[in-house]
This record gives sequence, structure tokens and C-alpha cells, in this order.
Amino acid sequence: MQQLFAAIVTMALGVLACAAYFYLSNLLLDRIFPSKNRSGPEASRNLRIAGAIRPWLFLGPALIALGLFLVYPVFGTLWYSLHDRNGTTFVGLENFRWLFQDGEFRQSIFNNFLWLLVVPALSTFFGLIIAAMTDRIAWGGFAKTLIFMPMAISFVGASVIWKFIYDYRGEGSEQIGLLNALVVYFGGEPQAWISLPFWNNFFLMAILIWIQTGFAMVILSAALRGIPEETVEAAVIDGANGFQIFFKIMIPQIWGTIAVVWTTITILVLKVFDIVLAMTNGQWQSQVLANLMFSWMFRGSDNGRGAAIALVIMVLVIPIIYWNIRNARREMGGR
Amino acid sequence: MAGLTLTNIRKTYGAVNVIHGIDLEVQQGEFVVFVGPSGCGKSTLLRMIAGLEDITGGDMFIDGEKVNDVPPSKRGIAMVFQSYALYPHMTVYDNMAFGMRISGEKKEEIDRRVRSAADILQLTAYLERLPKALSGGQRQRVAIGRAICRDPKVFLFDEPLSNLDAALRVATRIEIAKLKESMPDTTMVYVTHDQVEAMTLADRIVVLSAGRIEQVGAPLELYERPANLFVAKFIGSPAMNVIPATITAGGAQTTVTLAGGKSVTLDIATGTGVAGKAASFGVRPEDLQVSGTDEFLFEGTVSIVEALGEVTLLYIEGLVKDEPIIVKLPGTLPIKRGETLRFTADRAKLHLFDAAGLSYRSR
Repeated sequence: MQQLFAAIVTMALGVLACAAYFYLSNLLLDRIFPSKNRSGPEASRNLRIAGAIRPWLFLGPALIALGLFLVYPVFGTLWYSLHDRNGTTFVGLENFRWLFQDGEFRQSIFNNFLWLLVVPALSTFFGLIIAAMTDRIAWGGFAKTLIFMPMAISFVGASVIWKFIYDYRGEGSEQIGLLNALVVYFGGEPQAWISLPFWNNFFLMAILIWIQTGFAMVILSAALRGIPEETVEAAVIDGANGFQIFFKIMIPQIWGTIAVVWTTITILVLKVFDIVLAMTNGQWQSQVLANLMFSWMFRGSDNGRGAAIALVIMVLVIPIIYWNIRNARREMGGR
Repeated sequence: MAGLTLTNIRKTYGAVNVIHGIDLEVQQGEFVVFVGPSGCGKSTLLRMIAGLEDITGGDMFIDGEKVNDVPPSKRGIAMVFQSYALYPHMTVYDNMAFGMRISGEKKEEIDRRVRSAADILQLTAYLERLPKALSGGQRQRVAIGRAICRDPKVFLFDEPLSNLDAALRVATRIEIAKLKESMPDTTMVYVTHDQVEAMTLADRIVVLSAGRIEQVGAPLELYERPANLFVAKFIGSPAMNVIPATITAGGAQTTVTLAGGKSVTLDIATGTGVAGKAASFGVRPEDLQVSGTDEFLFEGTVSIVEALGEVTLLYIEGLVKDEPIIVKLPGTLPIKRGETLRFTADRAKLHLFDAAGLSYRSR
């Protein structure tokens, strides 16, 4: 109760402080460079100066916060990655040399690539199929709500849910996991799913696909609705069947949106961490880069190696972000 | 030969009737225009011919074949949409070739038909462009080209000029007229709310209102002998003046008393037993002239003068409350507002409608 109260007060104060900052700084600017009741040239000079300063005044807090929490850490990380575990001795590229020889790192890279191939593709694919189908049925809105719901669940929460689905009990005791219950029902042998090397990657991916399909569906559904109905009707008259209309008329028209959805999920996948931490913590060959970094940084207490892994993730993400932003801009910039 | 036959065609959306039993026969090679106010069902009817809307009741035949349950692509029709409906991700060439590729036409045949359509429409230079790199008029020409490539028995146009600006509209209208001339065997059905398009393009006009046919006829027939008040007021601009009247004597000629008390005799037969009945007297603005004598139809005060150069429009108050009589006189005239003038008209150009709005002339 007390925490709740404290949180609300903090929030209210924060919003008030922001509002006060914008209001007062704006007022101050107009005081220092007044344009009212001044002679023509002076007023216009002051107006020009104030106009040049104002955007920086308003953007300032955001720029400072971004610099403090994003830009500075990048350089900090770079510095750490060139030093030993305590950040005291300069070791050059030693951390990276170690990294590329380390088996677990290679395993993580391999697993990350698996995630990268499977999750964005399947999420986008399911999202697209569901968006196309729910637009045509009466209870489509309800189905969409259900499919979107996992988006509201945190990755850790989702992992807990799916832990129950994959749960395995030893021989003799009753299987409470949904998947094993089904397997047993159909006469199969129960499995400890998340400890099956290689395959457990896909069981973990299912969680993220389950969450991200809703995201892909919402964005693609909006894009599908933006397709002019007449182009579809023209294709009907041209004799195209349902599949041809979908693949030759509709998909090409929303291709830009599909690319944005795909890359957005790709970036998320490169950073996947919570699910692996909560489900396996990287055991049974299910390690991924983000979890490996976390392990070295905070469990292994090796700032140097942790920072080196973080840089590898960053380097992998940058080109995709660049491409994504370019694509999103083109989408917004009118056709 | 009948190009397109509709028998008792009906359309309902749930409990709402939008088309109430349309009967229409269109000859092969005819250019028929559907006109009517928005919401009259003209576009719905066109979409039913195209097969984009289901037919609730009645039968439809294209070239003698019943097409109620035939899919759009097999009906032998092509449609040009108001919004062009070009495939935005395909070049002009691909837009025109799409339908033929779907139906598995040979490459050489596709190329021949696309190039011939492009040639007719002067699109050859633009074949490799995407629709977004074309102007509105060019886009509409591509849409027409796509329709030509389908080599249809019936061409359907759904308000094809409404998205173009005024100058382009006139140019494209003339192009469509030329296109029709070059394809004398192709039936064309054209939907518009613009009566200039209807009057200039059509062999016959179908006037629709609230899902029913009001009148079918050649453009000038509708203008000169409208079957009812709706058509009388819909065709012609400004609309026909309608003055409430009472029939005082029927027969081979009819005498009526107009609102305001003036008595007029028309060369329209009404038969016997009509004396005392209410009627509507109609006269077109352009059929009225200023009368210098005691022979006149009505007298009134000029409330507004609109000088347009080629014509002068006068708004005359004093006869029907809140509804000025409009007079369209040729040329520029030195008439001032406030003047009281007398007007007359050729007797052959007067109209008389009964209380239900039907013309006495067309009986």
C-alpha cells in the first residue's frame, strides 16, 4: 500500500516537474528576449534568437537523458571491453580473443541465429495469416483480442506460464504439464522438453512467437485494411483466385509494413534474454548472447568479458535498426 | 441482338431493398448510361452486372447467357473504376497484362494486346512506369487499357471521370466517345451523376431513382418528353420550373389555372373528367422568353440577375412561395433586379404532370 502511494506521488511529481520545466523555461526565454512592446528591428531580432533557442530548450532534457543513459554507456562498454575483469588493467583485445575461442559463445551465436531465422519469420507469418482471416469473420475482433493478449504479459510471466506447459514429472508420478499430458494421452513417452539439447531452443522460441504474433497481427491487419478495396475487385474481375489475390495483389501492397514488422521482431530477438533466463538459464545448450552477457557481467563478475559480449550484440543489431528506420521512414513518407 | 438483359433484377441487404425489380434490355454495341442522384442504386446495379454484388432476385443475361452465378471473370465484362484501381506495385504493362497472365494467355499474345491497347491510348511511352509516376488522366487511361486488354463483350464504367479535374474530364470524355466509335460491337454501360456526360455519351440514358427505373430513352427524348416530374427536374440545368396548377378543362387541349390565378391553355390531351384535378405545370428555364405583349404565361419581379456572358439567368419571385422561377435568356441583357417582367413560352414546349407526377404528354 505504502509502495503504491509512493509510486503515485513520484509519478505525479515527475509529470508536474516536467510541465513546470517546460512552462518556466519558456517564460524565462521570453523574458530574456522579449518581442512585445519593442521596436521593430529589436523585436524581430529577439524573436529570431528565441526561435533558435526554444527547440533546444524543449529537446534538452530528452537529449541529456539519452546521452547519459545511452551514448555514455556505449563508450563505457567499449572501454570496459578493453580492460580486465575489474576494469583496472588494459588488456587490449584479449577479451575478444577469448570470446571467439569460447565454446559457449559459439553456441550462443548459433542459437541466436536459430532464433533469428525462426521467430521473426513465424511471428510475421502467423500474424499475417491471422490478420487476413480475422478480417473476414464475424468474431474476428474477439479472436484478435485473444491473440493480442500475450503482448500484455511480461516475458518472465509468459515463461512461467509456459514452464507449466513444458513441465515434466519423474517416472511414476502424474504429468501436470500440458504438453506431456497430451503426449501421454496419445500413448507417447513423457519428455523433459526444455532439457532436450537443440530442440529446447524451439520450445523457448514458441514462447516469443506466442507473444509477438499479436504484435505482427495488429500492425499487418491495419496495413491490410489500408489496401484499396477496388484493387482487389479489379483482380477478381481479372480472374485471380483467393490465393493469387492474396499473394500477387495484397502482399506486394503491404510489403513495406511486413519488412518493418519483421525487422522489429528481429531486433527484439537479438536481445532475447528474459525467456532464456527464466526457462533454462542457458543450460542444455540453449544459451543466447544476452543471457551469456548477463552471466559473465553479474554472476562471473567479469566486466571485461561481459562488455565484449554486449558490443557483439550491438554490432549485430545496428544494421538491422538502420534498415528498419529507413524502411519505416519510407513507409511514412507517402508513396 | 441483346448484349445485356436484366429481368426483374432485385437487390436486398438484409431487410433493406436497394434495387426493386429492374427490367432493361441493352442491345449489342449500345452505349447506355445510368444516371441518378447519389444513393439511387446505379453503382450497385453496375456492380451486379460485373458480378461484384450478388443478385438477390431476377435474371441477368450477357450475350444470351444467364450469368447470375457466373464469376466476374467469366462474364465477358471489364470494369473501369472511379478510383482507377490500378495495382500500385505493378508497371503499366503488368497492370494491363495481369488478367491475361492469370488466364494463362501466351506471352506473344499478351504482348500484342498490351501494345495495341497502349497504342490506342497513347500509353506506349509509359509502359514501364509505376502508376504513382503517372498523372490522374494517364492512370485512368491505363485503367481503360486494362479493360480493353480483356477484350470484353460488355464494358462497365463506374463514374470514371469524377476523380479528374474539369479540363481533363472533358478531354477524357471525348476519348471515351472515340473509344466507343472504334469498338462498335462492344456494349458499354456507364454510371455517372453528371448529366453532361450522360447526354453527350449515351445512345440511351437510364434514369434511376431509389432503386427503380424512372425512364429509359435517348438523351433528347428525355429532355423533350420527360415521363415524369423526377426526370423532368433531373435532366436539364437549371432544372425545369414547376408551378402548381389546377385543371379547369380537359379534352384534346387542356386549360389550367396556375398558382397566382393566370389561366393557360396547353396543346396536351388530358381526356375527360380531369377538371378540378391538381396538376403540375412545367416549363424549362431556357424555353421562357420576355413577352412584350399581353400574351404571357406569368408575371413576376426579378430578384437576382446572374450574367454569365453566354446566358443571363433571372430569378423571378412572386409566383411560387420560396421557390423562384428561373429564366435562362441568351446573351447579355440590360435587366435590373426589381424589374417586373412578363414571360411567355412556345406552347409545344410546355409540360403538364398529374398529381402523381406522371406526364400527360407521354400517354
